[in-house]
Amino acid sequence: MVPPIPVRENDGAAVEPSTSAGASEIRKFLQSRGNSALADQTFKGLMMLCAFCIFVVVALIVVELILQSQPTLQKFGLPFFFKYNVDPVTKMPLFWDPVNGTFYALPFLYGTLVTSLIALAIAVPLSLGVAIFLTEMCPKFLRGPLAFLTELLAAIPSVVYGLWAVFVLVPLLREHVNPVFMSVFNAPWLVKAFGWTHLFGDDGLFGGVNLGLGMFAAGVVLAIMILPIIASLTREVMTAVPHSQREAALALGATRWETIRIAVLRNARIGIVGSIILGLGRALGETMAVAMVIGNTPQIQMSLLSTGNSMASVIANEFSEATSDLHRSALIEIGLALFLVTIIVNGLARLLVWAVTRGAPARVN
Amino acid sequence: MRTATDHAATALAILATILVVAPLIAIFFYLVYKGASSLNLAFFTQIPKPEGEVGGGMANAIIGSAVILAIASVIGIPIGIGGGIYLAEYGRGTKLANAVRFTADVLNGVPSIVMGIAAYALVVVPMHHFSAFAGGVALGIMMIPTVTRSTEEMLLMVPHAVREAALGLGVPSWRSVLAITLKTASPGVVTGCMLAFARVAGETAPLLFTALGNQFWSVSLNREIAALPLQIYIYAISPYDDQHRLAWAASLVLIVLIVLSVALVRYVAGRGVLKGAS
Repeated sequence: MVPPIPVRENDGAAVEPSTSAGASEIRKFLQSRGNSALADQTFKGLMMLCAFCIFVVVALIVVELILQSQPTLQKFGLPFFFKYNVDPVTKMPLFWDPVNGTFYALPFLYGTLVTSLIALAIAVPLSLGVAIFLTEMCPKFLRGPLAFLTELLAAIPSVVYGLWAVFVLVPLLREHVNPVFMSVFNAPWLVKAFGWTHLFGDDGLFGGVNLGLGMFAAGVVLAIMILPIIASLTREVMTAVPHSQREAALALGATRWETIRIAVLRNARIGIVGSIILGLGRALGETMAVAMVIGNTPQIQMSLLSTGNSMASVIANEFSEATSDLHRSALIEIGLALFLVTIIVNGLARLLVWAVTRGAPARVN
Repeated sequence: MRTATDHAATALAILATILVVAPLIAIFFYLVYKGASSLNLAFFTQIPKPEGEVGGGMANAIIGSAVILAIASVIGIPIGIGGGIYLAEYGRGTKLANAVRFTADVLNGVPSIVMGIAAYALVVVPMHHFSAFAGGVALGIMMIPTVTRSTEEMLLMVPHAVREAALGLGVPSWRSVLAITLKTASPGVVTGCMLAFARVAGETAPLLFTALGNQFWSVSLNREIAALPLQIYIYAISPYDDQHRLAWAASLVLIVLIVLSVALVRYVAGRGVLKGAS
């Protein structure tokens, strides 16, 4: 701590000590403790520079990604994301063949979209349930430990989720969960009645070979990973709903569920949507766990049980082994697309969450 | 009917909570069960054996992680704290500060693999080889937004009277910021830095093509270096049972480190973030 200074400066004139040389002595004393406009300005400038670093980082990321993906940007242009070649022998669409220099990113967009949607479909209802339980129903002694547990779930590294998924979740899905879905979706009467939707039967959502690995497994891991994010943000938003709202609903004779529905969920809905989008942003960019269970094949199949590849996982799997410049730059262009998509998704989510908590910072971790 | 709906909703919420807690417990159970049985002295003292051979450890990966995280902290923490000071002390309510805040939040959500590509383009391409330094840069960049936001939050909690008292005594403003405000908020600032540290400690994707990994001893900043998360990834997808065993052990070590720091953070935060003030 700074020791107390015995004098006060008052419009340049000293109050005490009242000697004639006082003013200049005080100025000298203050300067000896570093009190100069120059020091203040320098310090402020330094801090501002640090803040500017954040802009610089984002700018550098954008510039480098664009520069490094020039070869593919120029060679393929926008069709990079939706075109494909046709294999001359098998007549199947051919998207991604590093050996022969074919690079079209459609299967990765598809894989990212499908796995993220599966994740949201599982995670949203569950995390809403958890948030409601924690804010509205939970006995006090459970609240702390449960909140801590969900926080821990957020702190587990992606690669550890991946390890667990490879050795525990994938076998579990293959032996016990997938057969159930398969027997439901491939039931003969469903296939007969709704086969034209291509959702059921052998070419349906749960048709084909049950490997365990694949897009469904990746979606389930993603769901487990984004649950704590959505749950904790939703909880924050729900806690921000004023108590008077709940009391008003209760006073009108509403049951607890009605109170939650009328007073809490309705008031918090924008924030809840924001936290769901934030969870989506996380799911879109999640890399390691997906790369370990999705199976890594650049194909588009209707079946969720089939293997695939996502934008992030193809980068993780192929980047360090990319031999040609074109291959590497194609992967970087996928990274650029991923970057832009997540920036838009996250920006949108932040705006929504901010709108509700009125500028109070919403923490993810 | 209404009470029935109420009961059903309650039951569903409880069910959801159980379904969420179940995988967590399953993960921890497997980590402890598989990890603890594979932990031994060799894990901490030896380097990996060649593929297919039994035994070996991850001493080089532990050291490598420490080296990369040290570089990351040197880059991320000072810049992050500086940015936080700007936001809380100088930029209050200005448009620039709002832009910084928003950019930091958005940067926080950028996928870690994209950070890896950025570090690859910024460091690996000009240097023409993979290096520990590149890995540190990737993780350091990732720490900046988290540290900035948490530092700002903590500084904003310092009562204004403390600042006024310091300035009133003739303390220059830069010193008041460093020695009074920042010091008052220091437990909170430290917790923020530890959270950022714990978050990047488990990151794998940004290291894949920056630090690359290494099966041998190396502490040189200029060469490929091993890291715990990278090694977990490599071993998890390998076909050898003994490497799977090591992957579980490494995961357990990593998780214990991260959980310890998160628990410590919660403990410190629960004790009152600002010891001097409030």
